[in-house]
Formats: sequence, C-alpha cells, structure tokens
Amino acid sequence: MFSLNEVKYKNILNIKNLEIPNRKVTCIIGESGSGKTTLLRLLNKLITCDSGKILYNGKLLSTMDSIELRRKVVMLPQSPAIFKGSVKDNLLIGLKFSEKALVLDDKLSEVLNIVNLNKKLNENAEKLSGGEKQRLALGRIILIEPEVYLLDEPSSALDEETEQIIIKKLVEQSRLNDKTLIMVTHSKKVANDFADNIIEIKDGKVVNEEGC
Amino acid sequence: MNNIINLNIWQMVAAYVFVVILLIIVKVRGISREKEILISTLRMTLQLILTGYILVYVFNNVNPIYTVLIIISMEIFAIFNIYKRVKVKISSRLKRIIAFSMASGTLSSLLYFILVVIHITPWYEPRYFIPIAGMLIGNSMTGISLGVSRLVDDMYSKKHLIESALMLGATPKMASKEIVDNVFDSAILPTINSMVGMGIVFLPGMMTGQILSGISPVTAIEYQIAIMLGILGSVALTVILFVQLGYRTFFNDQSQLIFDE
Repeated sequence: MFSLNEVKYKNILNIKNLEIPNRKVTCIIGESGSGKTTLLRLLNKLITCDSGKILYNGKLLSTMDSIELRRKVVMLPQSPAIFKGSVKDNLLIGLKFSEKALVLDDKLSEVLNIVNLNKKLNENAEKLSGGEKQRLALGRIILIEPEVYLLDEPSSALDEETEQIIIKKLVEQSRLNDKTLIMVTHSKKVANDFADNIIEIKDGKVVNEEGC
Repeated sequence: MNNIINLNIWQMVAAYVFVVILLIIVKVRGISREKEILISTLRMTLQLILTGYILVYVFNNVNPIYTVLIIISMEIFAIFNIYKRVKVKISSRLKRIIAFSMASGTLSSLLYFILVVIHITPWYEPRYFIPIAGMLIGNSMTGISLGVSRLVDDMYSKKHLIESALMLGATPKMASKEIVDNVFDSAILPTINSMVGMGIVFLPGMMTGQILSGISPVTAIEYQIAIMLGILGSVALTVILFVQLGYRTFFNDQSQLIFDE
C-alpha cells in the first residue's frame, strides 16, 4: 500500500496524510489542475516530492531503486505514447522496457480483446485513432502485469459506452489477478460505479476520502 | 612537375576580384551582407597570414612543446566554437561532455593516425602533426555540433515518449535509445556523404594542395584516402562518446528526466 505523510511538491500538491490500499480500486477525482496527475507521477517516482514521506509497502520511495519500483508500479499517461512500429511492437515494448519475458501472439490478441481493440497485430500503430491508441497503450501495461496500475484518465479519448466497457473489463481483470488499480478519472460515474475508494483532490489537497 | 608557381602580390590581389564580384551582386540585389563579406574576407586573410608565419616558425624550430601547444589551442578553439555554433541552450554538464568527447575522441584518433598509420618520426613533426590534427579536429567539431543540436532538440520534443518509457520501467538508456541512434546517424552522415563524392564530384583540399605543391597525384591520393578514414574514425569516436555520455545529462540519479541549468 501507499502511505503519504506531509507530502509537498512545489505549489501543486500538499497532502497531510493519505493511504491507498493494496488490491483495491482507487479512483482519484478532482478538477483539472488540482494535482491528480502530479500525485500519480510521485507514486511512479517520475518526480520526487520536495518534503514529506511516501512509502510503498512500508519502504520509503526515496530509498527504492526507481527502475525497480516503476516495474512494479506502472503508469499510463493521459496522452499515451505510441512508438514506431506495429500494434504488436507497441504491445511488446512494455515487456522489453520492464525486461520481462515476451509472450506469444495468442496472449497479445487476448489483451487486445480486453481493451476492445479490434486490430490486427501487424497493423501500423501510428495510424490508429486517438481512442485506439489509448486502448493500445492500456493493453501494453496490462501485459506487463505489474503489482500496481497507475492510470491517468485512461478513458479520456473514449466515448461513454466504450469507456464503461473497458473500465469494467479492466477492473474485473485487476480484481481477478489481485492487483492494485489507482485511476485518475474525470468521470464521477466511473468512480461511483467501480471504485472501492474515492479520493477527491482540490487545489493540491485531499478534500474528501470515501471508503478508505 | 616540381615547378611551383609562387603567387606574387599582384596575383594575390587579382584573386580578390571574386570578392568584389560578390559585393557587386549583393549590392545590386539589395542583400545587406556587405559588412559580413568584408569582415570575413579580412579575417580569413589576417588569420591565414598569421597562421602562415606561425607555421614557418614552428617548422623551422621543431619542438614538441610548440606542437602540443598548437594542438591544445586548436582543441580549445574547436570546443568554444561548438558552444557558439549550437543555437540551442546547453547545460554546463553537457558542455563538459562536449569538451571531454572532443578532446579524448580527436586526440586518440590523432595519435593512432600519427603513430600507427603514417608512422612519423619524431611523432611531433609539425609538418604532419598540425595539418592532420586540423582536419580531424575540424571535422569532429562539425559532427559534434550537429549532434548537440539534434540531441537537445529531440530530448525536448520527444520528452513525452521518453517519460512514457520510464513510466513502464525502462532505464534511461532504453528510453533514449532511438534518440541516441538518430543523433549518431545525423552527426556522421555528412562525413559518409562526403566520401561518396570524393574524387568524382570534387578533389579534396588536402589532395589539391599536395598536387599543386608538386607531389605525385598517386601519393596525394594515398594520403587523402588515409586522412578520410582517419576523419571518419575521429568523427565516429567523438560523436559516439558524446551521445553515450550526453543523453545521461538529461537524467538524474533517480532516473528522472531533468532539464536543468
């Protein structure tokens, strides 16, 4: 689990105390610019807080090896990156980055099915639409099977119907495999429908916690 | 074959007609470049005259200290020229990497070339050492200048891709691999391209100079081939050192992307 104590980051984030439990679905909500993405970036150790402590499973993040941590706590940015190459290349690159064993095409097709992406593995990934790219990037991190998924608005480029289908599958997948899912979302509906815990952030501060 | 025509003062003055033609063209066409043309012509003339006298002195008073001092000043000039030529902002860490790559890459190629390929004795013989050093350092300077601009540009413009890779657990090396490869490629491409046209499209400067001074074209070509390979090696070595060390300056010890100073 993540524990945050007196965490400050520039003028963006100021969190007194926050606990995010393991093996649960936690949604972070709040207006844009409130510090939600910054929180995820801190948990992924892409940035370091100016003061305070962040612990993951009792260990101080500042003393943990960044690469090792990120391979356990994987983050998906709001505008996902698509690398040169095919759909298959883009799925496998996550495994290559995290130095995990590559998988067979059947497994890749299975993941495409989870994210509702009806594309061939040899298709050029750069030609996909925004929503398709977002789903491909989501598939990429599902394949890594980390301990924690940090998702920054994973459905921002999707229509409401597709959003519901994908988040539902994602949450099911996460619960089935005993994973921790921490998701920033603009949609209160998504948060209410799927989250075990909801954290609301306003002006860099936690203003509401439900279910924690 | 060995009757070298020594240019007298009037012949030299006649060569300046080309500058006058250029000045007339820019004046007529309203291109305001007169000042730059005059300054660069003047600088070229004065610098070469000064270099000529220094070389005469150094050639007549062969001494390893003079050779070493000239190489050091060439390196310093080349390094500061890179800082000046690159239009993008470069951090002090990157500046140190540029200086280190230039010095170690060019000097090791130069020593190999002088001691193993041409096998000059004494090693500091300025007649060989200085012009060869000039060619290796000059070409490596151009290669690194291209590399620095491309590296800084790409690290900024592809920040999103690098961060996305880091988020998935990539090491900084993995996350920058594509950029590093592209930078290396773009920095050595001009050298490779110049080899393609050599001898057909143009006769390179060193070879032309040797032929004009009465040396057999075959000997001149042997030297030209050797020096081209030396240049290729020196450019490749300085650029690979630069990119391999340079990309690291964009990351801190926590493998976080930083754009500092």
